[in-house]
Amino acid sequence: MPIVFKSKPGLVAYVTAGDPNLETTRAIALAAIDAGADVIELGVPFSDPLADGPVIQRASERAVARGTRLTDVLALAKELRAARPACGLVIFSYLNPVVRMGLAKFCAAAKDAGADGVLLTDMIVEEAAEYLAAMEANDLAPIFLAAPTSPERRLQAIGRASKGFVYAISRVGITGTQDTIAGDAKELVARLRAVTDLPVAVGFGISNATHVRAVGEFADAAIVGSALVALIEKTSPADAPRVVGEFIQGLRAGTSA
Amino acid sequence: MATLANPVEMAAEVKGRFGAYGGRYVPETLMAALEELEEAYERADADPAFHAELDGLLHHYCGRPTAMYFAKRLTEQLGGAQIWLKREDLLHTGAHKINNALGQGLLARRMGKQRIIAETGAGQHGVATATVCALLGLECVIYMGEEDMRRQELNVYRMRLLGAEVREVSAGSATLKDAINEAMRDWVTNVRTTCYILGSALGAHPYPTMVRNFHRVIGREAREQMLEQAGRLPDVIVACVGGGSNAIGAFYEFLPDASVRLIGVEAGGRGSGLGEHAARFQKVGGGLPGVLQGTYSYVLQDEAGQVSGTHSVSAGLDYASVGPEHAMLHDSGRAEYVSCSDEEALQATVALSRTEGIVPALETAHAVAEAMRIAPGMGKDEIVLVNLSGRGDKDMGILARELHLGGAPAENKGTSAPEESL
Repeated sequence: MPIVFKSKPGLVAYVTAGDPNLETTRAIALAAIDAGADVIELGVPFSDPLADGPVIQRASERAVARGTRLTDVLALAKELRAARPACGLVIFSYLNPVVRMGLAKFCAAAKDAGADGVLLTDMIVEEAAEYLAAMEANDLAPIFLAAPTSPERRLQAIGRASKGFVYAISRVGITGTQDTIAGDAKELVARLRAVTDLPVAVGFGISNATHVRAVGEFADAAIVGSALVALIEKTSPADAPRVVGEFIQGLRAGTSA
Repeated sequence: MATLANPVEMAAEVKGRFGAYGGRYVPETLMAALEELEEAYERADADPAFHAELDGLLHHYCGRPTAMYFAKRLTEQLGGAQIWLKREDLLHTGAHKINNALGQGLLARRMGKQRIIAETGAGQHGVATATVCALLGLECVIYMGEEDMRRQELNVYRMRLLGAEVREVSAGSATLKDAINEAMRDWVTNVRTTCYILGSALGAHPYPTMVRNFHRVIGREAREQMLEQAGRLPDVIVACVGGGSNAIGAFYEFLPDASVRLIGVEAGGRGSGLGEHAARFQKVGGGLPGVLQGTYSYVLQDEAGQVSGTHSVSAGLDYASVGPEHAMLHDSGRAEYVSCSDEEALQATVALSRTEGIVPALETAHAVAEAMRIAPGMGKDEIVLVNLSGRGDKDMGILARELHLGGAPAENKGTSAPEESL
């Protein structure tokens, strides 16, 4: 089903699947949806997460150490889809686990699991022809990253190749929380508006309601990742779903949801 | 499985493919920097003034051309093919790595970048980069795995003496792969001011092509020297392969010479199971095509696509993937890839030290070991050329421990005829 941001701004919640374990991830994702997240990004843990900061690195390391595999994440997606038919569901992965499974097989499996879209961190538009064809064949939305450093020509290509939404990286750098949202984000969203009609979601460094409100002034959605993963890291598995639900509700404070 | 090789819409812009391998698989934030680097490199490569400065420094500062040496005593001991050594170990800083570090350093200066970052495994690329930064007055940060800092301690001191900051990486296996991850995170964060001098023929385009081109001088000199000193081309060229920069530099000019066998030697470590070696091309328990750190190549990984740990006594070969051009040469059969164990490399180090008075780096010793393995079965008029990519001073700590150089009776394995196990 298509990805829609019901609220203004929409809220996208990233979790590393399998941290602390798959059952808890499932409960956390359901709690996040019920607390108002429009889209869940299910992160596939990878041994070498080179675009991620320490928080997601650690989560990824723990999940890999527990033996969490791409097939497990797809099975989890299927459970979430069955439990919450209307939520947006995106598989978020580094390329290698997907390549190992095979692009076509992966896309078919993602479709079967009920995913709406896929984001591959280290897939750029120029290399994506085979991937895009497999996504198209399965009616899945390929979501690409746009960076403050991306020149106009690249933003155009990213806009053309993406479906669902474009993921605007709020600042140069790796994932992780920060105090304020950089001016980079607003400017990037404006540049994206000039080349695409797709919704634009802003991610990297968004960790509180003030950030979400700020992003809501110029973008369609805010993506929360490391802040959520850090919260899960310091909370017991039994408490994590409740704590995450409250956190998501807190992010909503002061928005129109 | 699906390959990632299909030509794409923007095909005219996609370069850096080696058959199915290579390409560019990086976070979008780095794309502008890679495009800037590619354009700057192409302009520099076409500029005679750039080459004049590089060649001048390679000659006067680094000591090129390096010697081509006939290893007479080792040859006699082996009783077969002649062993010749291309002496990259004699270069300034003690390994071939300076060829590339100098080239990329000059390029960074042309691009107006004041801050340099690099990764290092054995420390040779780190030392070469720190050296070039001192020479050119650039700020230098080197990422190095904790495990590698411990086992290549002398190179850590050298880098610090040269003014570089060495940042310890403790993630994962705390070796080369983890150092590259951390260097890439730094680059993503500081991309507007920083140039990343990658040390092997790895990573996203343009690195594999650019690094190979800066090392082509090895094969270019070797070809001329062989013709001049031996009157013919070698029958076999042997080089060790971690990322594969010295090997591709040695092989490249000989690719059209069908009579020349090219053999890359990987780290066989201490066993054939995943995690026990770094032999990406090993038939069973070896690598599978995949994407690691920006490029599509052979990657040691489990069936779920998680990159596996590696082991080698030599930090410079201890890496889960391999340069994409080697992946192509492997598949096409133009080059052959074999492996030597830790023990064979150690014994080859002893042998070369005691027959020729040359202490090779442990990485290089893998190539020496392979030469010692094949030479006895070859004719006395045949030639095996070993690219002697680096010297072993940095390995004294490991060698002292492994070979009991600390006072126990010296073993004399290297001066007798090679043992069967070699």
